[in-house]
Amino acid sequence: MSESAPVKDNYLNSPKGIWSWIYTLDHKRIGIMYLAAISVAFILGGIFALLLRLEHLNPGPLLFTAKQYNQLFTLHGAIMVFLFIVPSIPASLGNFILPMQLGAKDVAFPRLNLTSYYIYLIGAIFCIYSMIAGAADTGWTFYTPYSSTTDTSVISMTLGAFILGFSSILTGINFLVTIHKMRAPGMSWFKMPLFIWALYATAIIQVLATPVLAITLLLLVLERTMNIGIFNPALGGDPVLFEHFFWFYSHPAVYIMILPAMGVISELITAFCKRDIFGYKLVAYSSIAIAIIAFLVWGHHLFVSGQSDAANSIFSLLTFLVGIPSGIKVFNWIATMYKGTIDFKTPFLYALSFLALFCIGGFTGIMLGALSFDVFAHDTYFVVAHFHYVMMGGVVMAFLGGLHYWWPKMFGKMYSEFWGRIACALIFIGFNMVFFTQFILGSKGMPRRYFNYLDQYQPLHAFSTYGSWVLGLGLLLVLIYLIDSLVDGKPAPANPWGALTLEWQTDSPPITENFTHTPEVHHGPYAFDKVKPS
Amino acid sequence: MTNTPKAEILISKGGFWFPEAISTQAHQVDQIFHFILWASIILFLILTVVVGYFLYKYKRTPENTYAKKHVTHNNVLEITWTVIPLVLVLFIFYWGYSGYLKMTIPPANASEIRVTGRKWMWQFDYPNGNKSIGELVVPVHTPIRLVMSSEDVLHSFFVPNFRVKRDLVPNRYTRIWFEAKRTGNFQIFCAEFCGDGHSDMMGVVRVVTASEYQKWLKESGAAASEGVPLDQLGEKLYTSKGCNACHSTDGSAKVGPSWKGIYGATHTLASGQTVKVDDNYIRESMVDPKAKVTAGFQPVMPPFAGLLNDREIAGLIEYIKKLK
Ligand code: HEC
Ligand SMILES: [Cu+2]
Ligand SMILES: [Cu+2]
Repeated sequence: MSESAPVKDNYLNSPKGIWSWIYTLDHKRIGIMYLAAISVAFILGGIFALLLRLEHLNPGPLLFTAKQYNQLFTLHGAIMVFLFIVPSIPASLGNFILPMQLGAKDVAFPRLNLTSYYIYLIGAIFCIYSMIAGAADTGWTFYTPYSSTTDTSVISMTLGAFILGFSSILTGINFLVTIHKMRAPGMSWFKMPLFIWALYATAIIQVLATPVLAITLLLLVLERTMNIGIFNPALGGDPVLFEHFFWFYSHPAVYIMILPAMGVISELITAFCKRDIFGYKLVAYSSIAIAIIAFLVWGHHLFVSGQSDAANSIFSLLTFLVGIPSGIKVFNWIATMYKGTIDFKTPFLYALSFLALFCIGGFTGIMLGALSFDVFAHDTYFVVAHFHYVMMGGVVMAFLGGLHYWWPKMFGKMYSEFWGRIACALIFIGFNMVFFTQFILGSKGMPRRYFNYLDQYQPLHAFSTYGSWVLGLGLLLVLIYLIDSLVDGKPAPANPWGALTLEWQTDSPPITENFTHTPEVHHGPYAFDKVKPS
Repeated sequence: MTNTPKAEILISKGGFWFPEAISTQAHQVDQIFHFILWASIILFLILTVVVGYFLYKYKRTPENTYAKKHVTHNNVLEITWTVIPLVLVLFIFYWGYSGYLKMTIPPANASEIRVTGRKWMWQFDYPNGNKSIGELVVPVHTPIRLVMSSEDVLHSFFVPNFRVKRDLVPNRYTRIWFEAKRTGNFQIFCAEFCGDGHSDMMGVVRVVTASEYQKWLKESGAAASEGVPLDQLGEKLYTSKGCNACHSTDGSAKVGPSWKGIYGATHTLASGQTVKVDDNYIRESMVDPKAKVTAGFQPVMPPFAGLLNDREIAGLIEYIKKLK
């Protein structure tokens, strides 16, 4: 240590002290704090998932009672959705990278940014309190009238989700304003990186859809505490109304999760092919198109709920339309590899995994959009597998890819490329073992949220459980070598991948102000043809 | 006397993906699935080959350190890969939609059976006043229309072999219909999460010939139990009335207490009082379960008043007595 050059001042080491973190207004530090918080949530939700899979090794009770099982899958879902995936890419990677990609010093409202973070923590405390005080057993969807009548702590869990919603809304507003107002000189809308476009589309949904969830959950709390009949038929309410309200948020929320992931993939593919993106405008516009259509398809969750046939057919049609922009993006990413110079680094491997798994998620989404097939597959393991392909195979893969890609920038350290590739392979294999099996379980009729199951499903369930161990091992490896890199990693250069977006033009890790001079933008974010081949 | 028949297996009968298709509408669900499946497989393979080729051809090597060409537009390509998928999905939409209508709108001559869902059992009411629990008896080659409602929370009636599913909503009637192509016993699942007994809320559709059905309608109910020894009747009712969803006979606790060895024992109630488990207590537990709730359990047992006649109640008591 003593002989190496003195460490330069950067956002991590100056100012010093725990209070300088607690009160920090630096978007990078807030991003790191989010990263820590969502990682804890992901680990917790992941442990629950492993326990759920373990329970299914055999039919009949193994570790838990039916009620405990129901509480566990509720916690798994609620934690993964509200505490992990929704904030994952925007609040951690987005917070860190967005201002830097824009060439700005910070987000537009740094105080609001810190407020979002603490609101997130308060929401998380409610969820954890619910966990200890008789965890909710309703599923993360909180369907009434079950949720209005069960004796578990539904109220604290819904209040938690309610509060987390505000954190999400505030982050969205902050990003919108930042993108509008704080772009570096020369950065026109169509010179913005596609990650920014994706976060922009995401922020629109966050701001418009989340309030509906907040209202819905509040109505649920009112119903439970004051016996006002809104959703509970025993009080004269309508349970299907709850489903509508709930999915009016939660379907767009799927795109709150997947759009930023798509943004990350655009960055990864261009950076590791060193090539300009194919069809920049089409990719950018398709983000916005998705954000708009996403609001109009919620009813596809209600095909068998008793919703009218006319509504079913309209929602089915719109659901198919939302698939088109996603498909376009996939084709454009693939076309971007054409005549590039492809470097198989860990982040790019995650991008490839994303492409494969997201395609499978998308194809099965088309199947489920078809009304007659959905009647059969709804609420079976087929749906469970489908959304895990999109949420985990899509979002989590992109998150991991982005995390590896920006890790050197965030911490100034390189991780082990060798272990990175091994872990990515394990995760990919384990994931498919767990979830491809579940497509078959579902098509064989196995309903979801079943504590107990018929003996004949046992071999498939067991195989899925073995897969969860491979998957868990892969993720554990990631945790180990990333933490190890903080201690032992080689120092990272400013631009280890040779990418062109602005965050790579400053030190790794960056100084608190991000840039010594405000950068000026003269060409697009992926104009590798404008830089001299080295 | 036989217990509620076991349903045919779902997993090994039928094709690779689906359980055997038993209803007249089932095949069209399978067809649309297989169409999308093969379209997806073909597209996926094409993409894999293209990506694989790019990865191999353009990997970074000392000779290939910078992109040789930056193709950023190709209108023909972009229009192609927007329009072809669009046409395809519109076609799939129409197919799924028309199939759905066929599955949903029952033929005019369908006969009607009412389905009631409650935690955690299925009750079926037939036109002639018959009732059955956990077992739906229907004639083969006859369109059957189910009019369904729930008494408590959401449930969902799902028969994988028929490819039908619909939620049961309190205060509302939902409908499905099907026509079975052959006789046999087919699994019913509850597909909408409804609490602790959700995964035990199963049942069987017993498809019989038209003449057997008529016979069943006449003979089931009160008359059928005549002549069967009481304890055997009780054993039969234990499954056919759905008690097995919540009670075991081997000592393991499910949603409700096991019946093993309870007769003659002294139980503590949720109120703190104690009772001796005798004939009267068991009778009351069936017709008015909320009157005395056993400590350690939730008051979730549905009242069976009106669903069991006196002889059936006696049969169940005798059966419980025998479970030492
Ligand atoms: C939905 C689940 C459920 C079903 C179905 C059900 N029970 Fe119960 N039963 C319970 C629960 C829970 C208790 C304990 C709480 C109580 O006493 O109400 C119970 C208690 C009892 C008891 C008292 C046992 C004791 O140890 O004190 C008897 C007897 C009984 N049930 C009989 C029946 C019979 C007979 C049937 C079928 C006709 C049946 N139950 C169906 C849930 C169920
Ligand atoms: Cu949706
Ligand atoms: Cu259920």
